[in-house]
Amino acid sequence: MDHRTAMARDLDHGQPPDGAPDEQAAQQHAPGTEPAHHAVHISIDQVSVRYGAFTAVRDVCFDVPRNAITALIGPSGCGKSTLLRTINRMNDLVPGATTTGAVTYNGEDIYAEGVDPVEVRRRIGMVFQKPNPFPKSIYDNVAFGPRLNGRKRDLDDLVEHSLRRAALWDEVKDKLAQSGLSLSGGQQQRLCIARAIAVDPDVILMDEPCSALDPIATLRIEELMKDMASEYTIVIVTHNMQQAARVSDLTAFFTVDMDNERQERTGVLVEIDDTDTIFTNASDPRTEAYITGRFG
Amino acid sequence: MSTPTSTPTAATHENRPSLLVTSPNGRRRARISQLMTGVLLLTVLAALVPLAILLWQVISNGWGPFSWEFLTTVEPLSYRDTGGGYLAGIVGTLYMTGVAALISVPLGLAAAVYLNERPKGRYASVVRFFTDVMTGVPSVFVGLAVYALLVSGSGGLGLGFGTLAGAASLAIIMLPIVVRSSEEMLRLVPADLKQAAFGLGARQWQTTLKVTLPAAAPGLTTGVILAVARGAGETAPLILTALGAREVVLRLTGAPQADIGLLMLDGFRQPFEGGIQRAWAGGFTLILITLGLSIIARALARRSQI
Ligand SMILES: Nc1ncnc2c1ncn2[C@@H]1O[C@H](COP(=O)(O)OP(=O)(O)OP(=O)(O)O)[C@@H](O)[C@H]1O
Ligand SMILES: [Mg+2]
Repeated sequence: MDHRTAMARDLDHGQPPDGAPDEQAAQQHAPGTEPAHHAVHISIDQVSVRYGAFTAVRDVCFDVPRNAITALIGPSGCGKSTLLRTINRMNDLVPGATTTGAVTYNGEDIYAEGVDPVEVRRRIGMVFQKPNPFPKSIYDNVAFGPRLNGRKRDLDDLVEHSLRRAALWDEVKDKLAQSGLSLSGGQQQRLCIARAIAVDPDVILMDEPCSALDPIATLRIEELMKDMASEYTIVIVTHNMQQAARVSDLTAFFTVDMDNERQERTGVLVEIDDTDTIFTNASDPRTEAYITGRFG
Repeated sequence: MSTPTSTPTAATHENRPSLLVTSPNGRRRARISQLMTGVLLLTVLAALVPLAILLWQVISNGWGPFSWEFLTTVEPLSYRDTGGGYLAGIVGTLYMTGVAALISVPLGLAAAVYLNERPKGRYASVVRFFTDVMTGVPSVFVGLAVYALLVSGSGGLGLGFGTLAGAASLAIIMLPIVVRSSEEMLRLVPADLKQAAFGLGARQWQTTLKVTLPAAAPGLTTGVILAVARGAGETAPLILTALGAREVVLRLTGAPQADIGLLMLDGFRQPFEGGIQRAWAGGFTLILITLGLSIIARALARRSQI
């Protein structure tokens, strides 16, 4: 039922999905009010993830538009990180995790047979919650990904470009040989962003990238994300409502669906829409309750 | 202590006694604590005293006959004669330890990487079981096994006594120590770092080679050196494999090899002052070697920060 709502709110397509959308959704989707979005970059279709026998997220469907920031919000344990990790097949590394459904990137199913997860991760980069630079020099951190691919020449330029893109160059240009761990938390996180950029992905997934940072460092990263959105498709998980409201173009709200029969708490997508709409005029009462802090 | 039946209220909180008033129970706890500290201190001493006596014995007896001559010449023909030294044994011990390290370190590291990357892999429990068993096998038996497999011509490869056979037995003794300590060190590498590497499109082997192993390198070095030191001090497995020699031997096979421990064994067995003096100096040399290796290992360990 929830994923139906989600499908009803599917973006970009313009045409109404099959099945009658509920009244609220119809209201929201009054013809002509649908804002123009960029083309679909990633499409998540009926994705469910299980850890062993436990279903962590069920039947999630939504589209991620190109060169925009999509925020995933929702209470703890609703499967935001799990879903994010399915987008670049990081969940393959978790023993016992199984993913069903399809994730389409540029029109190709990344779970199709013959697709190398390593190739997927080179196109769809990831920034983690805790800054995790390698215990290597700043330079080597950024050069790590390109070197994996056998690149040896013009590394200097690539490192500089990536660090500039991550708004860190001016702060570190004189100490590229120093350990990445010698930087502050915010700088480390920007180093991780530079490291991800250096592999030349076009999608960057960020799992609560600012939760370990102070407000000023957080603002810098947010500025950076907005700046990067012209070039990259960004999907960010955040617990910070203001952050979602400040940076994202679209917001997807997830919640936990309690199955009393099987005693299972499964994450489901409630709705996804323009961030403005979600924050001012959400169609599902649960979204509004969560956003206004009245979440039960 | 508040009585568990009464719910604390603001009033009871206000009426708490001064911090200087110790509850009777608290005094008892303090006494037990003191007692236990004393007991533990005694056990530490009990462990340290034999070590101190041993070191004192070797140093006080070995320091005198230890000299430059001892390090650079071989033993005189007769155990009666004084002078001469353990050059043959020192060369042999270092040679065999080196070859043993060349065999056991790569193998042990590989096994540790396997155990770390596939903790529930098909062979993981087998590898763990055998490393555990190997740690417990008496070292004479290791020598016996290598004798049967490599040295002896009937049923074995028939390599004869020598460097390679001795090194093989030392390698078997080092191997489980290398595996266990390395596995421990690899486990300390944060999962975060591996995730980061995978997130950048690294393959499993690239992650292991470029992230996990370098991050664990200082700890791995420490473990490896301690294992090597352990092997360097072994004598029992060499009795049936290196056999012992009095001249410097550089051949890998075909000639029995000398060893400090074996020379000491011969020296102490004879009732002649010269041989006994050299044996003490040999013990001192062996302690210098193993202590030196341990100190290097500790120094590296202190620098290790994953
Ligand atoms: N590796 C795993 N093995 C088993 N269960 C897992 C694993 N990772 C997550 N889960 C479970 O899946 C569910 C969703 O977890 P997930 O981490 O995706 O939630 P989340 O929305 O990111 O939560 P948070 O906001 O706290 O980060 C939870 O019930 C969690 O216990
Ligand atoms: Mg999470």
